[in-house]
Amino acid sequence: MTLKKTLLASVIGAAVAATAMLPMTASAETLRIGYSADPETLDLHEQLSGGVLRFSHLAFDPLVRWTKDFQFEPRLATEWEQVDETTMRMTLREGVTFHSGNPFTAKDVVWTIERLKESPDYRAIFEPVASVEAVDDFTVEITTTEPYPLLLNLATYIFPMDSEFYTGETEDGNDKAEIVKAGNSFASRNVSGTGPFIVTDRRQGVRVDFQRFEDYWDTESEGNVSEIVLTPIAENASRVAALLSGGVDFIDAVPPNDLDRVRDAQGANLIEIPGTRIIGFQLNEERVEAFQDVRVRQAVDLAINQEGIADRLMRGFATPAGQFSPEGYSGHNPDLVPRYDLERAQALMAEAGYEEGFSVDMIAPNNRYVNDAQIAQAVANMLARININVNLRTMPLAQYWPEYDTRQSDIAMIGWHADTEDTANFFQYLSFCIDTETGAGQYNYGSYCNEEIDALVTAADGETDLEKRNEMLREAEAMLYEDVGYIMLHWQNLAYGAAEGIDIEPVVNATDFPYLGDLVISR
Amino acid sequence: MIAFLIKRLMHAILVMFVISVLAFAIQDNLGDPVQQMVGQSVPESEREAIRERLGLNDPFLVQYARFAKNAVQGDFGYSYFYREPALEVIARHLPATLELVFAATLIIVLFSVPIGVYSAIKPRSPVSRFFMGASIIGISIPVFLTAILLIQVFSIGVTVSLFPESTGWGAWLNGVLSTEGNMPSFGRGYDLVHVMGHWDTNLITWDGLKHLVLPAVSLASIMLPLFIRLIRAEMMEVLQSEYVKYARAKGISMRRVYFVHALKNTMLPVITVGGVQIGTMVAYTILTETVFQWPGMGLMFLDAINRADIPLIVTYLMIVGVIFVVTNTIVDLIYGFVNPTVKLTGKPA
Repeated sequence: MTLKKTLLASVIGAAVAATAMLPMTASAETLRIGYSADPETLDLHEQLSGGVLRFSHLAFDPLVRWTKDFQFEPRLATEWEQVDETTMRMTLREGVTFHSGNPFTAKDVVWTIERLKESPDYRAIFEPVASVEAVDDFTVEITTTEPYPLLLNLATYIFPMDSEFYTGETEDGNDKAEIVKAGNSFASRNVSGTGPFIVTDRRQGVRVDFQRFEDYWDTESEGNVSEIVLTPIAENASRVAALLSGGVDFIDAVPPNDLDRVRDAQGANLIEIPGTRIIGFQLNEERVEAFQDVRVRQAVDLAINQEGIADRLMRGFATPAGQFSPEGYSGHNPDLVPRYDLERAQALMAEAGYEEGFSVDMIAPNNRYVNDAQIAQAVANMLARININVNLRTMPLAQYWPEYDTRQSDIAMIGWHADTEDTANFFQYLSFCIDTETGAGQYNYGSYCNEEIDALVTAADGETDLEKRNEMLREAEAMLYEDVGYIMLHWQNLAYGAAEGIDIEPVVNATDFPYLGDLVISR
Repeated sequence: MIAFLIKRLMHAILVMFVISVLAFAIQDNLGDPVQQMVGQSVPESEREAIRERLGLNDPFLVQYARFAKNAVQGDFGYSYFYREPALEVIARHLPATLELVFAATLIIVLFSVPIGVYSAIKPRSPVSRFFMGASIIGISIPVFLTAILLIQVFSIGVTVSLFPESTGWGAWLNGVLSTEGNMPSFGRGYDLVHVMGHWDTNLITWDGLKHLVLPAVSLASIMLPLFIRLIRAEMMEVLQSEYVKYARAKGISMRRVYFVHALKNTMLPVITVGGVQIGTMVAYTILTETVFQWPGMGLMFLDAINRADIPLIVTYLMIVGVIFVVTNTIVDLIYGFVNPTVKLTGKPA
């Protein structure tokens, strides 16, 4: 409880400090952020969410991180090499200190990976990792159970935590290292990372304050942000207003309706980048016999005008998709593009014996993806043209997933972002034949099953020759395209708004985790 | 008096009990809290383990009994999102909401009484007509829209170029209609003064007041027209009554007739309605607080619903129920004070 008192005390301190700062908000170093959500917790391993990962990039550093064109950039790991088929040796950066003052060494990496394997949210992702060993103070060896080509992708999730800081017992006798979901654990309230920013104060749901870490290792970074005030503003209109009125300097998730407003506003800029989250529909083959016929599935796909939805409904805020993996991912197949053709769709329906059509139910969330309910409505209207009458129900997120899990509707909307930023992940969750033992096809609403594709993707996941692997995944995408295992719509873009002089463009990428440590403000 | 208060206390307990049962009964329809706690790719077995640990798999009666047993001892459960006792979370958010409601109430009282009285005394004057017209518009505009409009005009600013800039009068009109807009559009600001416990106040500093103005005005915008019309109607009725005519005939100054004799009787029904409406206003804060990102109970409640944070939802509903009972009790007390012929115990006077 003393912690809370310190927090309170520092609130007052911060308030006083903030007052002193306020009249010169133009001062170059303070960045006021309005994000749609704040981190749910300060414990990186308690919850895998956008909010927590964004926070991770502020207060911690990953071993490697993604560049704009999906290459790996060394951070706390400086070099890596495959020692044998299942072992990778990583050289760690020297001279790095944690916020607590403890030096960063290999034991922290070992500790962090072992903790990741304990985390309910990360356990499954880190399944391939068998063990990790500190060879010396600045070398670790990570061993996988089988040859695994995505170890570096996983390394983007390894944010070494200060093992000394998180070891021991709290005053009330709890283990400092424990991961407690939605509980009051030590790690969910205390932070010691290596990242560019230290958390100075936090009021959940109200604001988080950061200050630049003076001993930050990356002295070559040109980033000059010395303080961050993060205010969560969930309401789209309010977030945009906060930017336009100069209340904040930087916002995420500019809604499509406000894109032009931000773009044209004086003193603000719009930064738009293609995202990686695929939005689409799944056809329930268990409930609707017609969907077991590949011709009907093709007809559904052909009847949907992806370009039209991206252009008009999304106002260009989406990239029409013909496959799971967006450009830049290994496995992206440039030949697979949307193929809207109403006449062929009608012909296919007739050929399959469904000229008269049929009626189906459809469910979609109404506050999860950008314009989700409207998209579902548009798709319903398009399907009416091939005589599939859709009875659409939309609902808020909190009710949607329980409904989705029951699989009691005929068509369902789902968006997916691959945690590994890799093509195979989409297949494993969305189109693999359902296997409750292994967890394959966990989000395969339609019970679609094509063992050939599954075999190919599984083989690709054991292939360490990356070029060969890409070829296999491209092939898998092509097969899924023909067989229509998932109705692709588009990849949702990302849009940020930033005040004049906040040069946000170089530090954002498709993962949606801005690297604010490197942000340069010039006003 | 004591008997009355005890009776009301029993009411409050009954209300809390009924609300808690209802809230528990609908919790399955609020969504799955575990879904909000884990990443999308987390396997079902992990989710099941969390559900089991939180006791979400138990039958309704078991869950309710567990909740009721703890609640009687003042423990309303742990908010899933805030990772703190639900009561503590609400206590932290309550002052912001109360200050907002207080500021809105102040605006309503300060404006509705003079305007209402004036338009009752001079119903045909253009000023009264203007206020009556404006109040119709005020009632019709949803608070969400009012809030957005206020932000656009006073926070972001509006540049009007409707009139020819080259002419003197055009430039002047454009200037008059355009707004600078530097009012804060969200939050409580950073210049709060700590009073006690969880209470940091906006009411003392200039920056704090600036942050409070727009949310308070938009919250007041729903009730203000209603009260203007209510006061006007009551006042007009009172002015027709025999005792006012008699007072006039006696030659008492009109000022005294209006403000001492008539206004007192006008206020009786206004206080009754007012008490109920203040309770309603706490509910309306949900919208206002969402638009202005005002970190009070309303915003917290909406977030809790989106996250299916059931312990927090149940506790909030119970607390709001109590607020209703308390405001009604206070109204009844004031009522008795203003009009001594009213007996609190409800027996005919």
